Amino acid sequence: MRGGYFKRPSILPGFWPAFGFSLLYLSLVVLVPLSAVFLKTATADWHHFWGAIASPAVVASYRLSFGASFAAALVNAVFGFLVAWVLVRYRFPGKRLVDSLVDLPFALPTAVAGIALTSLYTENGWIGRFLAPLGIRVAFTPLGVLVAMIFIGLPFVVRAVQPVLEDADLELEEAAASLGASRWQTFTRVIFPVVRPALLTGFAMSFARALGEYGSVVFISGNMPMRTEITPLLIITRLEQYDYTGATAIAVVMLVASFVVLLGINLLQWYSRRHADAG
Amino acid sequence: MPRDRRKPRVTQDPALLRWTLTALALGFLALFVVMPLAVVFGQALEKGWHTYWMAIREPDALAAIRLTLLAAGIAVPLNLLFGLAAAWAIAKFQFRGKNILLTLIDLPFAVSPVVSGLIYVLVFGAQGWFGPWLQQRDIKIIFAVPGIVLATVFVTFPFVAREIIPLMQAQGTDEEEAALVLGARGWKIFSRITLPNIKWSLLYGVILCTARAMGEFGAVSVVSGHIRGVTNTMPLHIEILYNEYDFAAAFAVASLLAVLALVTLAVKRLIEWKIRRESETFPAVAEGAEV
Amino acid sequence: MAIEVSHISKTFGSFTALRDVSLRVNDGELVALLGPSGSGKTTLLRIMAGLEIPDPNDGSAVLFEGLDVTRQDAAARRVGFVFQHYALFRNMNVFENIAFGLRVRPRRARAPETEIRERVRQLLRLIHLEESADRYPSQLSGGQRQRVALARALAIEPKVLLLDEPFGALDAKVRQGLRRWLRRLHDEVHVTSLLVTHDQDEALEVADRVVVMNEGHIEQDGTPAEVFHHPATEFVMDFMGNVNFFSGRIEKGKAVFGPLVLERPGEAASEGQSARLFVRPYDLDIHRDYNGGKPSLRARVQRIQSAGLKVRVELLAETGETVTVEMSHEQFHDSHINVDDNVFVSLRDSRIFTEDYSI
Repeated sequence: MRGGYFKRPSILPGFWPAFGFSLLYLSLVVLVPLSAVFLKTATADWHHFWGAIASPAVVASYRLSFGASFAAALVNAVFGFLVAWVLVRYRFPGKRLVDSLVDLPFALPTAVAGIALTSLYTENGWIGRFLAPLGIRVAFTPLGVLVAMIFIGLPFVVRAVQPVLEDADLELEEAAASLGASRWQTFTRVIFPVVRPALLTGFAMSFARALGEYGSVVFISGNMPMRTEITPLLIITRLEQYDYTGATAIAVVMLVASFVVLLGINLLQWYSRRHADAG
Repeated sequence: MPRDRRKPRVTQDPALLRWTLTALALGFLALFVVMPLAVVFGQALEKGWHTYWMAIREPDALAAIRLTLLAAGIAVPLNLLFGLAAAWAIAKFQFRGKNILLTLIDLPFAVSPVVSGLIYVLVFGAQGWFGPWLQQRDIKIIFAVPGIVLATVFVTFPFVAREIIPLMQAQGTDEEEAALVLGARGWKIFSRITLPNIKWSLLYGVILCTARAMGEFGAVSVVSGHIRGVTNTMPLHIEILYNEYDFAAAFAVASLLAVLALVTLAVKRLIEWKIRRESETFPAVAEGAEV
Repeated sequence: MAIEVSHISKTFGSFTALRDVSLRVNDGELVALLGPSGSGKTTLLRIMAGLEIPDPNDGSAVLFEGLDVTRQDAAARRVGFVFQHYALFRNMNVFENIAFGLRVRPRRARAPETEIRERVRQLLRLIHLEESADRYPSQLSGGQRQRVALARALAIEPKVLLLDEPFGALDAKVRQGLRRWLRRLHDEVHVTSLLVTHDQDEALEVADRVVVMNEGHIEQDGTPAEVFHHPATEFVMDFMGNVNFFSGRIEKGKAVFGPLVLERPGEAASEGQSARLFVRPYDLDIHRDYNGGKPSLRARVQRIQSAGLKVRVELLAETGETVTVEMSHEQFHDSHINVDDNVFVSLRDSRIFTEDYSI
């Protein structure tokens, strides 16, 4: 019960054992190994490092990974919002089942998702066979990568937006209507601004998740050099060639990107909490 | 005035719009969620039940299942312990650095699974920090089972904690303090007061943790040696089968994991229902307000 | 603009909120809809606004200046609606909130931005919040928020102003101040207004006319004085202020309540019918000795409450009922009453209700 560290005196027992164990666990499992990445990079020389992260193949993978993640997050933002809206505001048979299904991409192992999506979109797959005559190829193209990323990012937007929509005050919409606003005007001026922060958060989380994703994407991408290689794959190929430095260098880039996005999400949430209020 | 009147007319969208949007939303979900699920089972059974069973009973498949269960069997209890400890410290006490702790717990979500595996290679691999030391003692971590367990632990350790921390925070410290005043000691307080209050969310956290531990692919792929029958978990085995174009077998093994995923979803529904039922009979208890 | 509702009914599932209600509000009047929760007053208001649809019975209609607007939706009716919990748009500041109704008009009907800004500034002056134009609702007090809500409703120059318990969520003092302010505003602006409230003091103080509602129908419709001094039904009498209540019967053409016998000229009530006597606390007098003239009761003083504007004396009557008498401090001082005294209580004025009619 040392006063200095605590913001408020604690009378319940067991703080130090619990805290100590947690900290120890975190250090061993997370901090120490994670620091290995940065320490390894620190010892490598700059030239080597730059060569590893800026080679053409790697840059091509950045384009694909970041580009497809961003596009997938956009698609999820639009359709995820739609799904959340329909789930919260409308009634239809089987709604509970649909609501549970939204979590499937989150619960399904990535390898299973990967082979399932690939199977669907190959030229004689259940969906691919309809697209082939139209000249649209999904499997083994960047489009396939996009599809896989949409799959895994879907729940993030829906689950971020749903609670906000559920808490929305209907009186605000009534007020807007009584003041003469059309339904569309009420949506854009009154409802959407309230949901926007949650939508942005969902978008960012969807983006972050897609960026680092491996299992769901690596099957459908086809892994063609310079064209459909995702960045995590390059880390693995470097490792298989025992190029630890190269692998670590790319990993650093990915970590920095993840942290930037994470920071962005936290800032978004802090910002929206500042504006959130009563009445 | 009964507040549960049907939604007033002005806040209802016109019927045509409602049906169109609903159809669009359901269509999107059907395409992106239902179809992948369906194809797993469809492809698994394409060659009939016999092929299905053979694929699952195949020795390498069984070995993969055993390894998966082993990794989960170690990772989940460890993470459960961690989750409980961290939740106790965070939810029942006020101290500096709490936010940092919370952020650290969320870390695996921000890190790519491949990177998660890489970090252990860097520490325990042949060229890693402990590489030479381990080689001298002929201890294999990377490309062996211990490495797989480690990677699994890393990737799944937030799950239990994230489920119970918000709940414990919402429930506050009143009940535990009351128990303390009545003479109960540390462990008794925890087991008789805290645990029962979080039992459903804890259960869900454990199940989620287990499902993720069994399904982890990226991280495990990095640290495993991909040695058939020895260092392959179920997801890795699926990969091998798929790359050998043995689709029916691949999907057969995949279907086991898919069923696990569906069970996870069903349990989540069940728990939500349980929590809602409890909040209806004991509103104060469920929300953690002062009783 | 005059509003009229005729034969309006509304049911929500098994609950009947309104039963065949008809009401007329004249141009420029401020009418209070007064009643307890569940009386249907808010439902009636929302039906006028177009926020609810009445049951589709024959002859039911909502008329604005004679025109049937029952099928017209809320956005087209141009009513100003003020909600109990303000319903201000929290992502917009005060200025934008007030300007909202003017900015969402279709392009043809919309005024140029400069005109809109001028109108908003006028309204800000009216509600005395010129300095707060940039603030957000979260930065305002409850009373300020309600003033903004009112200004927002007035901005669209509504044909009628509907207020749903606008001061219900505010502190007593703020409520009183806003009440007076609303009355003055109405005198200035002269918009036909309907105010829903469960607070009878509010209704009596602010309104030109008071409509008392109970369980979905109208009990009485009259001026504040009429409703208070000449209540039409038991409910109205009981609802508007404290009242003493006695049960009795009609015997031999007189109303008999124990030792109280009251002559009441007028239509003959049936012999033996039960009757109820309602007396306001300030219509009772306490005497040491029997006065002779007026009907009186013997009673013993139980409690004297002298802290307050008036003195309240609680007595136990010989009939067994508890009687409350209100008097000024002067009267109390002159009367020399103490606890446990045996005194006489006489009636100055009262109302008698029987099954058939009320006297």
